[in-house]
Formats: sequence, C-alpha cells, structure tokens
Amino acid sequence: MTMLTESQSEFFEAKIARDEKIEPRDPMPDDYRVHLIRQISQHAHSEVIGMQPEGNWVTRAPSLRAKLILLAKIQDECGHGLYLYSAAETLGISRDEMLAQLHAGRAKYSSIFNYPTLTWADIGAIGWLVDGAAIVNQVSLQRTSFGPYSRAMVRICKEESFHQRQGYEIMAQMMAGTPKQRAMAQDAMNRWWAPSLMMFGPPDNDSPRSHDAFRWKIKRESNDTLRQRFIDKTVQQAEVIGLTIPDPDLKFNEVTGHYEIGPLNWKEFYDVVKGNGPCNQQRMAHHIRVHEEGAWVREAAQKAMEQVNH
Amino acid sequence: MDTQLDLWEVFTQSKPGQPYRHAGSVHASDRQMALQNARDSYTRRGETSGLWVVRSTDIAATTLDDNPSFFGPNDDKIYRLPTFYTMPEGAKNI
Repeated sequence: MTMLTESQSEFFEAKIARDEKIEPRDPMPDDYRVHLIRQISQHAHSEVIGMQPEGNWVTRAPSLRAKLILLAKIQDECGHGLYLYSAAETLGISRDEMLAQLHAGRAKYSSIFNYPTLTWADIGAIGWLVDGAAIVNQVSLQRTSFGPYSRAMVRICKEESFHQRQGYEIMAQMMAGTPKQRAMAQDAMNRWWAPSLMMFGPPDNDSPRSHDAFRWKIKRESNDTLRQRFIDKTVQQAEVIGLTIPDPDLKFNEVTGHYEIGPLNWKEFYDVVKGNGPCNQQRMAHHIRVHEEGAWVREAAQKAMEQVNH
Repeated sequence: MDTQLDLWEVFTQSKPGQPYRHAGSVHASDRQMALQNARDSYTRRGETSGLWVVRSTDIAATTLDDNPSFFGPNDDKIYRLPTFYTMPEGAKNI
C-alpha cells in the first residue's frame, strides 16, 4: 500500500479531468488499482467461463458450417480472456493469483454463464442476447480511463460484431423453420431475456461501487442507461423475426421514445451470484479440473524455458 | 511458484509498409512460442502482415519522472516547424 505524494495525486486527477488515459506506470490511487483489478479480472473470468455453455454444443452443431462458426467464436472468447488478463497484469497482479482468486470464489464471473444451454436455440440466444448485451457494455467501456483496459475493449468490440450476428442468424433461421423449431427459439428467448437484462448489474439506485467508478471514469454510463439502450435495440430485432419478448408489462413510451419493462427478479440474480444458480458448481468444477489436468503442460513449458535460457 | 512463463509484448503490422503498433502481450517460454501465441491471439482476422515479439523486460521506456525535462530540449527549437517561416506575399505551393 503506497500513498501518492501531493504532486502525483494532482497529476492523476488532472489526467482524469482531461479525459486522458491512465497508463500502468502512472501514479494512481490504490483504490483505483484495486477497483480495476477486480473489474478486469472478473471480465476476463467471464470470457473464459463463457466458453463452457457454448462448448456444450460443439459436437452437436447442426451443420459443419455452424460447427466451424461456433469453434471460431469460442476461440475468440478465449482470446478475449487473454487480452483482459494481460490488461489486469499491467496493474501488478499475476495470472496465477487471478486464477487462485477465481478458484477460491473470491473473484466472480458474469452470472449469466451459470445458466444451462438446453437446446441449439440457446446458442442463438447467447450470441444475440448475451453477446449483444456485452457489446453495449463494452462499447461504452472503450472510453474507460485505464489505457490497457480501453485498448482491450476496442479490440474485443471489433471481434464481437460477428458473434451477435451469428446468434441472430440462428434465431432467424429457427423462426423460419418448423413449429417445433419456432417453439424452441421462443423457449430460449423466454429463458435468456431477463438474465441478459440483469447482466448490466443492479439498478442505478442500488449499485454500490458506481460512485468511485464514475469519478475515476472507469465507468462512463450507468447500468440503467446501458440496459435501456440494449432493450431499445433488441425489441425491434425480436419483432422482425417473430419472437415475443417474455414480458407482459413491456410497452413503448411515446413521450420518451423508449421501451419500458416490467420488474426484474433481482432476488434470483443475487441468488445466482451467491452460487445457487443451476450451473455454478459445474462451471467451477470444470475449470478447476482442466486447470489441474493442464499442470504438466505448464511445468514442461517452464522446464523448456529454463533450458533455453541457460 | 509462478507457472505462467515470461511476459512478451506483441507488435503487429496491418499492411506491408505500415508501422508496427503495440497490440498487447502474451506469455511464452521462447521466441517461437511467443510468435505462435501472438499469432493465435492477435491475428485471427487475417489483418496482419507482420509480427514482432520482445520480452517485456527488454523494453526500456521513459518514466513519468523523465517528463517533461527528457523531451524538453525540443521546446526552444520552433524553427523546426514550417510555420516558423514568413513566406513572401503571392508565393504559391510552398
């Protein structure tokens, strides 16, 4: 724990005020560093854990084309995890430490990945809704104040655009199919809609860490603002392909020009965050098992490196 | 013990003739592994014509304490800028 000198503190505050990026070697308050490590590592863990629900369908993709696309998307998610781990490492935490925090339950990942992918339509719903929500959040984070995080967001947003389109294409194809396929798509919509909206986090009046995040320009727009942007984009897309938004209270407000939704079940959200979602244990057990089974690869690479360097 | 190998910085070139730009970093045990990991991580869209990798510890960089005195010597040489000079009225294309 190091305190900033007065001139360092002024330098930091002035850079933030001028909308300049903070770089890893710049002086920064400890709380800023801690906040970023928590946020970026959680973001990285989400990318990596997010491969599991999609990996569930690789061997059962309905065509070779679909399988190649799904593999490319999952590979992207892995790469996105790597960009983000690298960004967090510039703040002085090692990847081993971040993984240890994840395995010990001290670091979280996005709760959405604790829901199962029951049918092929879920792959469509994840790409369209889950990645769609993530993109809205990540586009906003391109303007975040920490340089390495901002640059990772720019790269990720560029790559994510195909993810959402491939998901929407799956949903459109199924909605143009048999009654059974249409029912499958609507069922996936019904299960993923509310959890996707809750990806943006609790309502603004109940978001404990937002104050500092805004002051330091880590966060540029509020949870509710981003959520509303996603709703307004998505309702129209659902209508085009004949999907019903599973919310009886949904209505368009002519005055504000925005869609209004009914209440979300935040009790369920916090329950899943706490570990009681349908797949929490499965996701963590799988990650830990694969990490342990891969230990020999890391050891071999380490040995090889020592031989090269001596 | 840290089992994550050395940190390498990755620089990519988007087209022949373009400058190399910092893309991010990877972990690797040697040059070959660093190049392969950089290829897999930062060039998945075929938008790259060249890759450089260098161990992070081999990069020398200026620090905050160097600024502004390190870059200072240029401040009093405004005659290096074209706008310093007065051109005769009526002269064109200069």
